[in-house]
Amino acid sequence: MDKTEKKLAVWICKGCDIGESLDVEALEKVASDEYKVELCGSHEFLCGDEGVGQIKEQIKEGVNALVIAGCSPRFQTDTFTFDGCLTERANLREFVVWSHEPNAEDTQMMAEDYLRMGIVRAQKSELPEPFEAEIDKTILVVGGGQSGMTAALESAKAGYDVVIIEKQDQLGGWLAKTTRLFPKKPPYKDVEIVDLEARVKEIEENDRITVHTSATIASINGGPGMFDVSLDANGNGAGSQFRVGSIVQATGWKPYDPDNLGHLGYGNCANVITNVQMEEMAAAGEIRRPSDGKSPKKIVFVQCAGSRDKDHLPYCSAVCCRVSLKQAMWARELDSEAEVFVLYKDIRAPGQYEDYYKAAQDDPGIFFTKGEVVAVSNSSGDNLLVDVEDTLIDKHIQVEADLVVLATGMVPAAADGEAIRQFRDAQKVIAKGEEGAQLETAKVTVEEMAAYEGTEILNLNYRQGPDLPMLKYDFPDSHFICFPFESRRTGIYPAGTVRAPNDMDGCCEDATGAAIKAIQCVELATQGKAMHPRWGDQSYPDFFLQRCTQCKRCTEECPFGTINEDEKGTPDPTITRCRRCGICMGACPERIISFKDYSVEIISSMIKAVEVPDEYDEKPRLLGLLCENDAYPALDAAGFKRLQHSEWIRFIPVRCLGSVNIVWIADALAQGYDGIIMIGCKSGDDYQCHFIRGSELMGTRSGNIQEKLKQLALEDERVRVEQLEITDHERLVEVINEFSEEIDDIGMNPFKGL
Amino acid sequence: MSDNGKRGKVLVIGGGITGVSAAIEASEAGCEVILVEKEAYLGGRVVRMNQYFPKLCPPSCGLEINFRTIRTSPSITVLTQSEVEKISGGPGQYRATIRRQPRGVNNKCTACGACVEACPVERADKFNYEMGTTKAIYLPFQMAHPQQYVIDFDACEGPECGKCLPVCPYDAIDLEMQGQVVEEEVQSVIWATGWEPYDATQIENLGFGTHKNVVTNVMMERLASDGGPTKGKILRPSDNKEIESIAFVQCAGSRDENYLEHCSGVCCMGSLKQTRYVRDQYPDAEIFVFYIDIRSPGRLEDFYQAVQEDEKVTFVKGKVAKITEDAASGNLVVEAEDALSGQLATQAVEMVVLATGIVPTEAPVTLELDVELQRDSHGFLTNDQPVAGLLAAGCAKRPVEVAACVRDATGTALKALQTCVERHGG
Repeated sequence: MDKTEKKLAVWICKGCDIGESLDVEALEKVASDEYKVELCGSHEFLCGDEGVGQIKEQIKEGVNALVIAGCSPRFQTDTFTFDGCLTERANLREFVVWSHEPNAEDTQMMAEDYLRMGIVRAQKSELPEPFEAEIDKTILVVGGGQSGMTAALESAKAGYDVVIIEKQDQLGGWLAKTTRLFPKKPPYKDVEIVDLEARVKEIEENDRITVHTSATIASINGGPGMFDVSLDANGNGAGSQFRVGSIVQATGWKPYDPDNLGHLGYGNCANVITNVQMEEMAAAGEIRRPSDGKSPKKIVFVQCAGSRDKDHLPYCSAVCCRVSLKQAMWARELDSEAEVFVLYKDIRAPGQYEDYYKAAQDDPGIFFTKGEVVAVSNSSGDNLLVDVEDTLIDKHIQVEADLVVLATGMVPAAADGEAIRQFRDAQKVIAKGEEGAQLETAKVTVEEMAAYEGTEILNLNYRQGPDLPMLKYDFPDSHFICFPFESRRTGIYPAGTVRAPNDMDGCCEDATGAAIKAIQCVELATQGKAMHPRWGDQSYPDFFLQRCTQCKRCTEECPFGTINEDEKGTPDPTITRCRRCGICMGACPERIISFKDYSVEIISSMIKAVEVPDEYDEKPRLLGLLCENDAYPALDAAGFKRLQHSEWIRFIPVRCLGSVNIVWIADALAQGYDGIIMIGCKSGDDYQCHFIRGSELMGTRSGNIQEKLKQLALEDERVRVEQLEITDHERLVEVINEFSEEIDDIGMNPFKGL
Repeated sequence: MSDNGKRGKVLVIGGGITGVSAAIEASEAGCEVILVEKEAYLGGRVVRMNQYFPKLCPPSCGLEINFRTIRTSPSITVLTQSEVEKISGGPGQYRATIRRQPRGVNNKCTACGACVEACPVERADKFNYEMGTTKAIYLPFQMAHPQQYVIDFDACEGPECGKCLPVCPYDAIDLEMQGQVVEEEVQSVIWATGWEPYDATQIENLGFGTHKNVVTNVMMERLASDGGPTKGKILRPSDNKEIESIAFVQCAGSRDENYLEHCSGVCCMGSLKQTRYVRDQYPDAEIFVFYIDIRSPGRLEDFYQAVQEDEKVTFVKGKVAKITEDAASGNLVVEAEDALSGQLATQAVEMVVLATGIVPTEAPVTLELDVELQRDSHGFLTNDQPVAGLLAAGCAKRPVEVAACVRDATGTALKALQTCVERHGG
């Protein structure tokens, strides 16, 4: 839409106390006199059929932009959504009349300011047009084990072409080494027998699925809908190149390295084996102890061997309890004279697996003892002595064994994209022939991080590293409670044991979920729409590169790796990687990044549209920038509860606190605002920011703001950043009011009126 | 592809976290979705939680994104106060009969709240597990979606009273509103029917229902919530006293042949989380956790470790045999056999939280098909249902936490999409 063609109408709803609390005629005058809006009206009850009907009439007659001043945009959203018409909502209900004294001068001023901001935003914004690109809908599955095979088959069943890349010479992964799986059907006592051959056949016979075994990835360029994959010059499909739309990373797990478990006898005692070795023996049909090939009569399982242990894997590997239940019963099945002891911290058999646990407990030859195994050593001959301690009651017992099975845990088979990037960057510094401190630091980095060399799996050509970033304990994922599939690289979904310790059944569930995420990714990319959390958003960042100074802040700060850079450092964004958070826009000191309906200029204009009383009025003016997902709904809720907040403040919603450009702060201070508060979501390990790093980045940027304030000889307290939760309605109002009082105490902005 | 550009239609039964997630995931992959919820609001059990483990974050944060998607999605139709009565047809082509109860409030409601003042009738607040009351016309809770009032017709005195009618400026109240029956043709049906807390009165020796200061874990969530009966302050029910000691009784009914044979999967983490609620409000309170096994799988182990660092949290491995009440003080004595020492452990406390388990919701739907839904002996729907396009997800299938429900719902949405694609050719 060309700006000149914009035909704007302004509507003020008088319902929900607005009409009784405000001078609506005066509000209309703001639109008609100050902004020369020709079509300006009010309605007793705008969201009713009559009001909406009148709006629709106007749209028929050519109106293509609307300002609706009434309730929060979070309400009546579909009522006030009109195809092809840009709609701005000025929140007069929750933010003004429900939270301020009716018919007061300051309440009226506030309402007028919200209307001004709405009009300016509608004038400056344009309806987004979707980003158009030719999208390939093929799904790449990296890893051909249980999760990978499932993701491939499930995607193909929904009509999508799939390419599987498996580094081994055959499909199957751990499934190829497993013959029995935990029961998954009632009565949950009988194991499932693996039929890998049938699975592989199903894949091979599926016309939609291409399999490359013995294959690894040389590089992946591009982004969702247009990933260009090159395979290494080995294996099946050597050197081939093809295009895919999205990626499921099902690279699985490795057993925790038992060489680290010397204290549990591994490596020191011949008859201490791992559960992986036990699985192989049981599958072969005979359990024989390594030292002399005798069949053991007393088998001891040591649970949490390396798991739930701060010196090894601090997390619980989640499957080992059930693996030991399975192997214990299997051992008894193979030799009814064998006795089995399971030494555990807690038996973790959740849900219906309790039935499976009970089946093991019902076996008179299986004994469960709670305790922590501190040592395993050789006793007489090849026999073993297991030392068990219970710190709670200070009891020490010893158990003899013919064979000890260590229930070792799961380590994700992932690569740390960010670490590899640091390593490579340091290598580049050395190659460039830099000198001095920079060279020294780089040398140290290369030495310390040498182990990362050659660990790449996806080999993404992303500025921010060739693989997904890792989180705690090397699992790649992000906001894992509400949206467990969201990785920090759009269109790349980890699934199965690489994402969390998982059993085979859980891997199937997980892979099926990852497959639909991959499908959504290509479908939404085809429509030029954003993925989670701004589902369906068609706006995207536009870079005005002529003014770029190659400062690289946007490439550094984008949490999703959207932006590569060329050799000079000029940003090279791949729009389909973008989640539309606007963090790049907030980062850019040159203000060259903007969305059609969200830009530095739009928000600056809104800030400037507010009437700032002069220094003689004794009416401070404060600016509040609110995260639209959490702080904004929290203030709505406060309005619902009729909690009163300071009449001096004007709020503007932002996509993420990370999208706040500090020029807005400068603009506000220059405009005469007395204080600025920014409210976002929790950062840190348990971050609640839906864009992962937004509020954390704002925290860093606010340091720069404090510097600026100092230069201007302004008080630090004039700019504040707060982190609150969506449920902190009362706290939010307290924070706002405290801030307002604090600014009152400090006094007016000395730049006011200059 | 069907006429409307969609890839087929999916019926989701249940609007809790599983149903909401399944609906959104299926719709974003191109399906049209009918989301049927029996309550007047979406969110099911999770909106009644104070916080999620392990991040201790409010459920409404993620739900805000989900609800925003539902508000703006043209592909999702939400039917609240509705239940599926009957499903007929055959694989990939089902006909569902849905009964909608009258809300008593129409779409003109702006949630202004004027009606509440006028309403003379109080009713037990079911949202808060009947700890407290609301008016007969009420908003289910602060962040409710849809944000509209609703009338409890069991409590409402009807047109004879009618005091709410004149105060509503929007003509939004209809005391004679009738229910309706809706028919939908769909290719796939997802049972996201969720769970109910186990009825703790069944476990007589634990005293729930007779000892006032014995509450259940779901009640504890409300006691700790700002929107709860105590506005978020944890106070014991008998005298609203601040607490100095509290016991959590794990497996209250679960892992017990007399009650629920299965492990309810989430109650350990639930109680560990609730020890944090207590600690936040009472830095010195003594906390006891009686357990059989603490089950905090995967990275949830971190949370357990952190709680163990709290010196005033004592873990006792042993099943609680009995809880007795001192009638005068309302204090309680918890008796358990300490499995480690073999001795009887008794502990006096001021309040007890029973970690009651998860029972799958029955959700009676008449299937006019040749087959029946497969349930296991615990009442959970099995993974493999006998006909294509009939699917179960989340706690309808097994007792799991929120993240696992979302994961399962997401995968199940793909199964639904597959049925649609088979039918419509994509």
